[in-house]
Amino acid sequence: MKLRSMKPERSDSYPLHRRDVVAQLLTERGDLLVVSGLGAPSWDVAAAGDCPGNFPLWGAMGGAAMVGLGLALAQPYKRVLVITGDGEMLMGLGSFATVAAKQPKNLALVVLDNERYGETGMQATHTAGQTNLAACAVASGIAEAREVFDQAGLDEALPLILGAPGPLFVTIKVRAEDLPLVLPPKDGAHLKDRFRRALLGPGSEG
Amino acid sequence: MAPDTHADAAQTDWSRDVFAVLTAQQVRQVAYVPDAGHAALIDLCAANDGMEMVPLTTEEEGVALLAGAWLGGQRGVLLMQSSGLGNCVNMLSLTQTCRFPLLMLVTMRGQWGEFNPWQVPMGRISEEVLRLTGNLVFSTEDPAEVGEAVAAAARMVFEGPAGAAVLIGQRVVGVKTFAH
Repeated sequence: MKLRSMKPERSDSYPLHRRDVVAQLLTERGDLLVVSGLGAPSWDVAAAGDCPGNFPLWGAMGGAAMVGLGLALAQPYKRVLVITGDGEMLMGLGSFATVAAKQPKNLALVVLDNERYGETGMQATHTAGQTNLAACAVASGIAEAREVFDQAGLDEALPLILGAPGPLFVTIKVRAEDLPLVLPPKDGAHLKDRFRRALLGPGSEG
Repeated sequence: MAPDTHADAAQTDWSRDVFAVLTAQQVRQVAYVPDAGHAALIDLCAANDGMEMVPLTTEEEGVALLAGAWLGGQRGVLLMQSSGLGNCVNMLSLTQTCRFPLLMLVTMRGQWGEFNPWQVPMGRISEEVLRLTGNLVFSTEDPAEVGEAVAAAARMVFEGPAGAAVLIGQRVVGVKTFAH
């Protein structure tokens, strides 16, 4: 059956490359805490440099924004950045409303939107059709939300993502491309323990 | 909240017991989908400045939220009814794989004199679902025991860390009826 509203070929020519975008987001990260969503965003964040302040999800699809919210509420004086994909965000659209209900000032949500399910064969997601994630975020109550299509837009969005009062949401249209895997550690208990040790100090593992 | 149920005196008693445990355990984030059975507890938590109330659109959000809370050094609790447990199944892999603590308080539907047959499927399999997804289960049918059960579960959750649920039986919560 033809999905008439989907235009998966559209993202083949988007100018921004996801790994460049993430490198720009994280180049001067300071004590930024990063939650990344299954799957390519977790590989992109690893490619920019694995560190204990990253919590890369290898599963829990649809949960990245909520992990970020729980962390942001627990650490109101630390900036929390969630970097996830369009498919992962679509699975947790309700989390826009939940984030909006709490209005965390220190939380930024970024979607690397290639309009594809990258891990399963690059099938079109709903954003290849009529769905606009930034509009979903605004309608859910996240007032500061935008779409980025090019480097000029990214230059404008970067300081917002890293420093403007949240909650904010940015969906960055990136080219659909198959990239070499750069994998972060896979052991979830290890990822959790090293994150807590780095943030909360020795003895906080568990 | 259903118009035909309310936080009656009995519910207020066991809810106070649970609230005392949550306070003693330094629970800071209370994630919930509103439920008549949890109404009194939700009110008590909301009135406490030390607790952050997080209303969810679906229960699985709470599993992920409380993982984030723990990463940031805070303890939480997830309040839901048994039908909501079904929404959590894949997200509970986060709890199991990463060995996150997760304290769930589940008010049971579809269990004892249920009026609505659509609540029965999840009510019937709640314990099994929780066990299959790697969680400890504490079931209680006695209002006087709810606080103790939550205390036992919370200790194993936060000292574990582990996932655990207290199932608060429909005989405790009360059977919802629709007035004709």
